[in-house]
Amino acid sequence: MGLSRNVSLSTALRYKGQGPFLTFILHRIGGLGMAIFIGIHILASFLSGDVGNAINAVYESWVFQLFIFFCVLFHAINGLRITIVDLWPKLIEHEREAIWLEWAVFIPVYAIAAFAIIRSALGG
Amino acid sequence: MATKSRTLPLSKRGLNFEMLMWIFTRLSALAMYALILFGVIGALIMGARNQMSFADILRWGFMPNSTHVQSTNVPDLAPWSSFLWNLTATLLLLVGTAHGVHGLVVIADDYVTSPRGRLVLRFLSIVTMISISIIGAYVLWAL
Repeated sequence: MGLSRNVSLSTALRYKGQGPFLTFILHRIGGLGMAIFIGIHILASFLSGDVGNAINAVYESWVFQLFIFFCVLFHAINGLRITIVDLWPKLIEHEREAIWLEWAVFIPVYAIAAFAIIRSALGG
Repeated sequence: MATKSRTLPLSKRGLNFEMLMWIFTRLSALAMYALILFGVIGALIMGARNQMSFADILRWGFMPNSTHVQSTNVPDLAPWSSFLWNLTATLLLLVGTAHGVHGLVVIADDYVTSPRGRLVLRFLSIVTMISISIIGAYVLWAL
C-alpha cells in the first residue's frame, strides 16, 4: 500500500520545527553530502588519470572543504546524540539539552577548523 | 500524573528488516567512531606527531589508506600500507558503505511512496552498495 502525501511544498517549507527539526534537516544534508562526495571520491580514485585528477581538483577548493567538514562534523556529533538517546530511551527527556550541548561542541570545533582552512586558503 | 513508557517491549515490536537496519545504523556509527579513533591512535604511534599536521592525521583517520599520507613528511610509506591498515580501511569502507546506502534509502523513502518505486530503489541501492564496496576494496588493496 502506497502512502499519499497531503502536505504541499509551501506548507512543508513553512514548518517551524525549531531546534530538533534543524538538527534533523542538517543531519540529512550532511549525510547526503558525504554519500555523494565519498561515492565520487572512490570512483575518481578508481579511474585516476585525467578524469580522476579533474575531480580531485574540486576537493582542494577551500569552499568545498568548509562544506564537507561541516557535513562530517555535524553528522558525526548529531549521530552520536541520536545513538546515545536511542540506545538509552529514557534520555529522550533531555533531548533539548542534548541539542544545546551538541551545538556547544560543534561551534568551537568547527570554528577552529574553518579558521585553519581559510587561513591556509589565504596563503598563511 | 505518572508518565507511561512509550517504548514497547521487543516481543511486541517484532524483529523485522526495518528494526534490524535501525539498530545497525546506530551500532555502525559507534563502530566507525571506534575505527577512526583506532586509526588516529595508530598514526600517532607511527610518528604522525612529528611528520604531519592535525588535518592530515584526521584525513588518515577517516580512511587509513597510505595514499592519504603521501603528501606529508612521512619518511617511509611501508608501515602505513601494512596488512593491518588495509584491513582497518576495508572494515571502515564496508561499514560506512552499508550505513550510507541505508541512509540514502531512508531519505528516498520520504519522497518515493509507491510500492513499485520503493522496490526499484531497494534493488538499485543493493547494486550501489555492492559495486561501491567492490570498487573501494579494489582501490584499497590493488592500487
